[in-house]
Amino acid sequence: MTDPARHEPFALLAEFDDPERLVAAAHALKEQGWARLDAFTPFPVKGLDEALGFADDRVAKATFVGGVVGAVTAFAMQAGLSLDYPLWTGGRPLIAVPSFLMITFELTVLGAVLAGIGTLLVTSRLPRFNHPAFDAERLDLSRDDRYFLAILAGPTFDRDEAGKALAALNPRSITQVPKEPGA
Amino acid sequence: MTAASDKRAAQWVLALPTRFPAPTAWLVSMGVALSLLALFLVSVGVLFAQGPGVWGNNIPVGWGFPIINYVWWLGIGHAGTLISAMLLLLGQDWRNTLNRFAEAMTLFAVTCAGLYPILHLGRPWRFYWMAPYVSTMGVWPQFRSPLTWDFFAVLTYLIVSTLFWYIGIIPDLAAARDRATRRRWQVLFGLGALGWRGQASHWQRWQQAYRLTAAIAVPLVVSVHSEISLLFAAGPIPGWASTVFPPYFVLGAAFSGFAVVSMLTVWLRWMLGLHALVTPRHLDMLGRLTLATGLMTAYGYVAEVFAAAWAGRHEMATLTARVTGPYAWSWWGAVLLNFVPLQLLWSQRARTRPLVLLLVGACATVGMWLERFMLVVTSLHHDWLASSAHRYVPTFWDWSLFAGTIGLFLTLFLLFVRLLPVISAFEVREEAVEGGGD
Repeated sequence: MTDPARHEPFALLAEFDDPERLVAAAHALKEQGWARLDAFTPFPVKGLDEALGFADDRVAKATFVGGVVGAVTAFAMQAGLSLDYPLWTGGRPLIAVPSFLMITFELTVLGAVLAGIGTLLVTSRLPRFNHPAFDAERLDLSRDDRYFLAILAGPTFDRDEAGKALAALNPRSITQVPKEPGA
Repeated sequence: MTAASDKRAAQWVLALPTRFPAPTAWLVSMGVALSLLALFLVSVGVLFAQGPGVWGNNIPVGWGFPIINYVWWLGIGHAGTLISAMLLLLGQDWRNTLNRFAEAMTLFAVTCAGLYPILHLGRPWRFYWMAPYVSTMGVWPQFRSPLTWDFFAVLTYLIVSTLFWYIGIIPDLAAARDRATRRRWQVLFGLGALGWRGQASHWQRWQQAYRLTAAIAVPLVVSVHSEISLLFAAGPIPGWASTVFPPYFVLGAAFSGFAVVSMLTVWLRWMLGLHALVTPRHLDMLGRLTLATGLMTAYGYVAEVFAAAWAGRHEMATLTARVTGPYAWSWWGAVLLNFVPLQLLWSQRARTRPLVLLLVGACATVGMWLERFMLVVTSLHHDWLASSAHRYVPTFWDWSLFAGTIGLFLTLFLLFVRLLPVISAFEVREEAVEGGGD
């Protein structure tokens, strides 16, 4: 038998073969008061975020902030540098607001997109080439046509209770994902 | 098509790179592409050794092929972003079979476009002078110039479209990584997938990022090609200084791009046997998009003629020179190739015939090139001073570099087709499961 202290689990997974059952199962566990839930799916499943209680809007906020920073930077850069090195042409003002709006728009876009995608990667802790999920049996099917509900192990994780809760959902299979490969 | 067959098709797409179905057709295409790429390298070598004097550019036609081809390539690129981003936001799920390779087309077309202004500089190793950077010279770019706007627009567009394409392909790279059995494919896909594991908390943020980027990419396309048009329209040159230019350029760009997407779709469908995924419905939709943007471009032509007739004098003289002058072939060629074959696409039977779509696409691609030639050359070659009238004749090195950039495009595109999933498998699957009522 394995020694539980040496083989700490990362998560316990329940496998489903269609997304609606996954969402229903996620709802059920959430209602039973389980925290630290997650899922592994081949595509973003509709309604799953609500079921799992995910409401992370950091990407959206970062996109907005990035856009504002880009816009301010772009306009300040153009105005400042035009004053620093004045190029008088055609009797037009040095701070020519309409002419500056093109670059302001472009850098707004650039700032927004870089901040949004950067936040996606940082908050999801990506890139990460080594993760317990990669060693889990059958979990690679979640890139195909299986949908896995996960109870992630925390400090108060009770393997038996989690196992019972998942078994009650009537999944195709239940798998334990160890923290260390080969454990 | 049934949901089950869509799911099988999605798996099949992921297996494409590892079990490539058309090695011979690919090798032959790659042979052509690499020959043209060699021509590109030779042309660039000659250009660097001898300077832009090897081209037909002169005074007053200082722009010539580099700007014609720059606008042409960039315009083609825009269709990929529009198909992917605009149709995503509109909830048009059929885009899922086209968006991946259409966006790849965007990246490679923008690469070709971006090279042209740099090569045009004469001292291309100093292209970074366009950027505002701190230097001992103490000078800064002229921010009121469309040339400087252009630098920022194209750079932003290249970065944003690369990122949009890349975060779109990450989930498929992860799926391909897990399916691959050979070590080298596992490593290639694994590195590209950044450790994606389809976790729901990641998907939630991914969806926000993907949709927001799409929402931003659509106005970005409009802004980028509007800025290109301002290279022309912001000056006082007859035939260029017109307020119709920004929308006219954006729509013309979309038109030429949809024409090229149609051609690539028909080609890939044939080469890779994608008939289960790229159905007559997709061809139909591409035909409609090409027809719609083509007609809008035609409106641009009418508006241009109207503006010239209304302005009179120099504008009218330029219009007359375009229609009857030494470059009349480019004006009439553009009108005929762009809008006459296009009328076939009113018929649904014609739209769903791959060969018809391919030929109409080819006509529009050539026609839109002629349009850019006409716009650049006719307005420049004959001014109202005797000193600034000079015929423009492209040289061998003009043509060879142009053919070379087509080689560069094809090489990059064929590598993409060979190495990466050409169709967004996870979105096809999503559509099959959630849209198809599994």
